[in-house]
Amino acid sequence: MNFSEVFKLSSLLCKFSPDGKYLASCVQYRLVVRDVNTLQILQLYTCLDQIQHIEWSADSLFILCAMYKRGLVQVWSLEQPEWHCKIDEGSAGLVASCWSPDGRHILNTTEFHLRITVWSLCTKSVSYIKYPKACLQGITFTRDGRYMALAERRDCKDYVSIFVCSDWQLLRHFDTDTQDLTGIEWAPNGCVLAVWDTCLEYKILLYSLDGRLLSTYSAYEWSLGIKSVAWSPSSQFLAVGSYDGKVRILNHVTWKMITEFGHPAAINDPKIVVYKEAEKSPQLGLGCLSFPPPRAGAGPLPSSESKYEIASVPVSLQTLKPVTDRANPKIGIGMLAFSPDSYFLATRNDNIPNAVWVWDIQKLRLFAVLEQLSPVRAFQWDPQQPRLAICTGGSRLYLWSPAGCMSVQVPGEGDFAVLSLCWHLSGDSMALLSKDHFCLCFLETEAVVGTACRQLGGHT
Amino acid sequence: MGDWMTVTDPGLSSESKTISQYTSETKMSPSSLYSQQVLCSSIPLSKNVHSFFSAFCTEDNIEQSISYLDQELTTFGFPSLYEESKGKETKRELNIVAVLNCMNELLVLQRKNLLAQENVETQNLKLGSDMDHLQSCYSKLKEQLETSRREMIGLQERDRQLQCKNRNLHQLLKNEKDEVQKLQNIIASRATQYNHDMKRKEREYNKLKERLHQLVMNKKDKKIAMDILNYVGRADGKRGSWRTGKTEARNEDEMYKILLNDYEYRQKQILMENAELKKVLQQMKKEMISLLSPQKKKPRERVDDSTGTVISDVEEDAGELSRESMWDLSCETVREQLTNSIRKQWRILKSHVEKLDNQVSKVHLEGFNDEDVISRQDHEQETEKLELEIQQCKEMIKTQQQLLQQQLATAYDDDTTSLLRDCYLLEEKERLKEEWSLFKEQKKNFERERRSFTEAAIRLGLERKAFEEERASWLKQQFLNMTTFDHQNSENVKLFSAFSGSSDWDNLIVHSRQPQKKPHSVSNGSPVCMSKLTKSLPASPSTSDFCQTRSCISEHSSINVLNITAEEIKPNQVGGECTNQKWSVASRPGSQEGCYSGCSLSYTNSHVEKDDLP
Repeated sequence: MNFSEVFKLSSLLCKFSPDGKYLASCVQYRLVVRDVNTLQILQLYTCLDQIQHIEWSADSLFILCAMYKRGLVQVWSLEQPEWHCKIDEGSAGLVASCWSPDGRHILNTTEFHLRITVWSLCTKSVSYIKYPKACLQGITFTRDGRYMALAERRDCKDYVSIFVCSDWQLLRHFDTDTQDLTGIEWAPNGCVLAVWDTCLEYKILLYSLDGRLLSTYSAYEWSLGIKSVAWSPSSQFLAVGSYDGKVRILNHVTWKMITEFGHPAAINDPKIVVYKEAEKSPQLGLGCLSFPPPRAGAGPLPSSESKYEIASVPVSLQTLKPVTDRANPKIGIGMLAFSPDSYFLATRNDNIPNAVWVWDIQKLRLFAVLEQLSPVRAFQWDPQQPRLAICTGGSRLYLWSPAGCMSVQVPGEGDFAVLSLCWHLSGDSMALLSKDHFCLCFLETEAVVGTACRQLGGHT
Repeated sequence: MGDWMTVTDPGLSSESKTISQYTSETKMSPSSLYSQQVLCSSIPLSKNVHSFFSAFCTEDNIEQSISYLDQELTTFGFPSLYEESKGKETKRELNIVAVLNCMNELLVLQRKNLLAQENVETQNLKLGSDMDHLQSCYSKLKEQLETSRREMIGLQERDRQLQCKNRNLHQLLKNEKDEVQKLQNIIASRATQYNHDMKRKEREYNKLKERLHQLVMNKKDKKIAMDILNYVGRADGKRGSWRTGKTEARNEDEMYKILLNDYEYRQKQILMENAELKKVLQQMKKEMISLLSPQKKKPRERVDDSTGTVISDVEEDAGELSRESMWDLSCETVREQLTNSIRKQWRILKSHVEKLDNQVSKVHLEGFNDEDVISRQDHEQETEKLELEIQQCKEMIKTQQQLLQQQLATAYDDDTTSLLRDCYLLEEKERLKEEWSLFKEQKKNFERERRSFTEAAIRLGLERKAFEEERASWLKQQFLNMTTFDHQNSENVKLFSAFSGSSDWDNLIVHSRQPQKKPHSVSNGSPVCMSKLTKSLPASPSTSDFCQTRSCISEHSSINVLNITAEEIKPNQVGGECTNQKWSVASRPGSQEGCYSGCSLSYTNSHVEKDDLP
């Protein structure tokens, strides 16, 4: 595992291009585009104000930089550096901006969700969509980029509109049986739309592309409901995380619950491997045997080393006592992610913030639990294989795979507090983001290791 | 009489008894005086009684007394005291003999009475003590009764209290339930109120929004604009088309196409799954038929047997199997047949397996009486012996090592000898060499011995196996013999023929081997480095299975799973020089100082953890 040097960054804005060739990052009002392999700066664009949001177009030709404070969007072309485009929303304001899947339209949401303006880069045409709903996840595109679903609110009722992205024609418009719709999400196959209600009510509805209601699911009443939703990449399962600390898995045939995964603080099953991050000072580590042995001369000595230990069951995880008299209590399943092959599901229960649960979806049971020393900030699956990268806001990167897990100290002077991370689509590298820096982390591929071993074999 | 008994002195009771006898006859007594005296005797005064006796006969009334006695005695059935007179006028003579006899008899009687009395007295005593005992018992029981009564009252009281409590709790529960209901109602009403208010607010908000929209959008805000250098071409290279009814229809078509595709895809998947399941069923059926077919020969002999009909079914199905193409046509027609036959066969198989189990257990029981036990004991003894020998050898080696060390120590520990050592060094060296060679030889011997022991153990095992085989064949033979004698047992033979006769002793072997066998999941289709690690990760082998069954998601490769482990473990196994290479793969020239060199890495994995332990 190698690390690149550290580059400057602001507001955690760092993104790989969809084709995996470039890396865009922002420093104040400057946008820097680098080559992923050499990390050399290819382009440097200067925006009018501090950039608050960036997004690559799907064909990796354009980058959108949004400056919400000024109601401005600037678009840059990678092919023609002199080409420029500036969209001013004027007094209407701007709260969100995104690309349409074709990479030639920009959807701007004005302040107070008055409307969505669709700007075209091809023609002068401008379209407006009125009544967008102000909610967590109100716009979603199908993976093939053909359709867009938009949550709307008119006359105190929730509606969903499905648009054809190629010409922004309204395909379907239907009302949903929700109190206060919070999110919508297409299944990866683009045929089913999951719609869930506000957290006050546990309700998830599944609509077909043609607007038919396929199924409704509600696990319980009265107490706080859905907190997070995730489709499996195979579209077979829909994982619903809720405030009761459980994940319920719905199947795609009957849309009924297959199983529910509880997240208890005590783990008693001896089959489950519980990895516990343990910290120890290097002085102590010298005497005893450890695997791998501490690398001598590995640059500045870290203040302490951390490694995973396998805790013997029963294990009780550190829990947070939720403050129930405040809004948005820290309970329930806040993070959910399926591995790219749909074999594993990683979850985090917000009142056990140090732990990541990994579930085996084939056997529908708990597979492993990782307990970190500090609360888990983010985790993301390798896009190519079941490998989970976790960061906790410390200077370490954690990786889990079915074979085991490890913790890696991010090198560099001072502490590099990893707040967020994102994988390159090849799975060979990832970007680690801290408050005002970022660096790339390269993971050797098997081929490299193989050749290295062969070479060594030849030597000995 | 009872009162009397209690009052009179026990020592005098005999006299008083006789007296009582007299008194019963007082009416016959001639002398009133006497009768008076007798009456007086009812007063318990011994002196009185004595005086009464002394006063019975005086010189004056001898005749009278005699006649009285005679009378009395005759009434009691004694012979008369008088001689039988011939004539009436002659005075009756007193017959001394008779008197004596009477006396004697009276004395005997008296003694008897005394004895009886004694008995009665002892009995009385016994009864008295019994009585006491019973009385004490009675009192105790009474006490007990009292306490238990008290206890019962206490319990009753407690019961009552508990019931009271229970009632209270019930009441509380009911109250709580009511409360819950009330609260739920409150929540519901609040929710409706909240929703209503929300709606009102939202309406207001919408109005405001509308107004804002008008204000902002209709003002011809010049700022709202797009400043673009030149318009770019569409991603697909086509020109935008006008929106017409046609495009709408086309969009609809496309949407339905997508949906249709999805359904088709799903149908295909389901078909595939079905085909696979069918295949499994077919295979199962085939296997069952092949498993059950050997008994076909047997039932011909039997006339009335329930399985006979089923076997004919099996034959039928076997015939059906030849028309395999029929299975693929449609499930509808074949399904029922298939499921039914499978069900039937399954039932047969189940019963067979059950029977087999019974047989096995029977054989087990028999086996315990067999020589097999002895052989096993022998085996154990042998192994014990071998182990003992190995232990002894080890001890010997240890002592020798100790001796050697001691010698070495003595040779080295003394400082003064260090001077002398030089001269003795060569000698000592030689001696040590000799010893060393001797030791090596011994070691070799031990090794050889150990090898021979292991060989012996292997041989033993082989012998045992052979013996077991023999035994199995013997059992088979026995069972076959049994069938020739006993027609009812023919089923057992059928079983044996069906499972080639070895199943039962296979089972035995499995039983005996189980403790040695360790569960170990073997990872198939994974690289070398993985096989070591997968021990703790039960899921990795099965992923490949999953891949096979669900071909729809084929991107997954189990080889890639262990990317990290491979690269992290290899360098450590091989050595340090590799790490340097690995860790210095440059990202960008000129920026290498301390960027990626300060990387510490720790790695944990269950297997590795175990390896660390000695």
